[in-house]
Amino acid sequence: MAQIRIENVRKEFGAFTAVQSSSFTIEDGEFFMLLGPSGCGKTTTLRMMAGLELPTSGEIFIDGEEVGQKPASQRDIAFVFQMFALYPHMNVGKNISYPLLSQGMPKAEVRKKVGEIAEILGITDILNKPVGGLSGGDRQRVALGRAIVRDPKAFFMDEPLGALDAEFREHMSEELRALHDRMNATTVYVTHDQLEAMQMGDKIVVMNHGVVEQFGVPQDIYDWPATKFVAQFIGSPPMNFLDFNGMIGTGQNEVRLNDVGIEVPEMREGTNGAITFGIRPEHVRLDDAAPYRGRVRATEYLGTTQIVTLETPNGEVKARLSSADRVNVGDQTGLRFDPRTITLFDAENGHALRSAANMEVLSHG
Amino acid sequence: MSFSVTEPTKGTKWFAGILVVAYAVITIIPLLWIIATGFKSPSDSIAYPPVVVFEPTLEGYVNLFTDRTRATPDMLEAAGPPETWYEEIARERGTVISGPSRYGERFLNSVIIGFGSTALCMILGTAAAYAFSRFRVPLKDDLLFFILSTRMMPPIAVAIPIFLMFRNLGLNDTHLGMILLYTAVNLSLSVWLLKGFIDEIPMEYEEAALIDGYTRFQAFYKVVLPQAATGIASTAIFCLIFAWNEYAFAVLLTSGEAQTAPPFIPNIIGVNGKDWPAVAAGATIFLVPVMVFTVLLRKHLLRGITFGAVRK
Repeated sequence: MAQIRIENVRKEFGAFTAVQSSSFTIEDGEFFMLLGPSGCGKTTTLRMMAGLELPTSGEIFIDGEEVGQKPASQRDIAFVFQMFALYPHMNVGKNISYPLLSQGMPKAEVRKKVGEIAEILGITDILNKPVGGLSGGDRQRVALGRAIVRDPKAFFMDEPLGALDAEFREHMSEELRALHDRMNATTVYVTHDQLEAMQMGDKIVVMNHGVVEQFGVPQDIYDWPATKFVAQFIGSPPMNFLDFNGMIGTGQNEVRLNDVGIEVPEMREGTNGAITFGIRPEHVRLDDAAPYRGRVRATEYLGTTQIVTLETPNGEVKARLSSADRVNVGDQTGLRFDPRTITLFDAENGHALRSAANMEVLSHG
Repeated sequence: MSFSVTEPTKGTKWFAGILVVAYAVITIIPLLWIIATGFKSPSDSIAYPPVVVFEPTLEGYVNLFTDRTRATPDMLEAAGPPETWYEEIARERGTVISGPSRYGERFLNSVIIGFGSTALCMILGTAAAYAFSRFRVPLKDDLLFFILSTRMMPPIAVAIPIFLMFRNLGLNDTHLGMILLYTAVNLSLSVWLLKGFIDEIPMEYEEAALIDGYTRFQAFYKVVLPQAATGIASTAIFCLIFAWNEYAFAVLLTSGEAQTAPPFIPNIIGVNGKDWPAVAAGATIFLVPVMVFTVLLRKHLLRGITFGAVRK
């Protein structure tokens, strides 16, 4: 198993830049998520690590060795494709053994190895079946089998659960994570599903328009987004944004929203002009006595919690409240924001302004 | 997925059935007529009104495969009684067999040229189609259009330049010349057809093979080729049928050594002028290889071997 390091990697397709100069490091044994909307460059980044695309510039290190311009067959990695890409003219056993046959491993040893892998994945009974008639889950297992049979340096997975039915996805994601923990293999996993990324990943890279927006552990990325894009892409419903104009100076710990003073973490960075005030829905409380006012426009019942949509002078706010709270559409009420969880963004460029709260997270990302 | 189909009524089914049978009969009548003519006597073959019920004879086949000379009664006597059934048939017409005809050679020429050009066409076509399908070829669209444009006029329109070119290159009346010519004519069709088939094979298969430690070329022949078998088989059938049946170039460019069966068959002359039963017999035998080839490849023509292995 291996550490993977990406340094200033860039990929252009003609005039189109798919990935802008990106750098990050995946530690040995990590379950690493590449997260972003479609077209953000995450799959291209993965394919460059795998050697299915060659970077226009930059370096890729796998286990300390620079492999940027090497073909996939020389990188000793495994890839699980979104559509599985099982060889249709071979049966399950042959599919799993195919990577071993390319290494010229003796037949008997191949058979033993395939048997072991089939045991781990619980597919011993289908080894002789053609891949055509398999269920989605079994195909997924065969694809995994083909990946792990060789003990590669790293596993690369391109939305491997994307082709599965919703009910089966959860089960398979647990299986995947369990498999990773058992093999302790460096895994890079591409997804556009933020929940999947948060659930399974040790670390996440969030990409957008070919740019790495943020890189870190899921909790940090959720709590302290580095950009408005990350704040919006992660979390459901996403972070609330309230726009206002004003001036913020270093050391300040209050902003004025519609002439109401609101406490924020102590700022370490200032700006002047359009500012966005960001807060997650679970950190909004309704309190009739609060000076910042809003009107309830809709409520959405979700079992233990409810999402309440309010109109405020600075824009729409969604609050995640206990279902026990009684809220009626049309109510005028006050809003309180948990001051420790607020992030201010420079509305011009979307970057989070540094404060005492997010300083640590943003400085290492 | 759900869809609804109205069950056809009995009347509709009958109507459709009759149409299909009628169409099949119309297409197959000329074929049956040729096969039947092969077994007719020369007088039956040109009888008017045409005879449908007749006494079958193998005279046409004997005449097809032999050269005969007219013999005087003295010569017949000197030759003694006929030793084989085919000699007996020749004797009945007052002739003796002087040797085998050239039909066998012409037929063999057809096999060499037809299958040779088909094989060459498949090798070049698959390689070109793969490159066009998978690689960033400069001016790809223009090249593809250029390849297609070679079929925008009937090939025979350039017969005279080709004739001159072949004469200067010494390719006239050679197997190689005819193989090259038919390959050149068929190649645009095969590149286009095969590109379509290869485009449909997901790239992931090759990429999986690359990841699994195979080279690009191994990925091509171990993974892509088996997937493209359907397309290669059907394209090969098209190419073979063209090369096999081609008449005009064969008349123009071959006369001896490399003459194929199509220009030979209609010119089979019997002792009493055109020998229609022999011509029909020649045509009947000529049909067999293409039919056998098509039947052998038929299972590859059924699509769907990749069904379900990749979810789209």
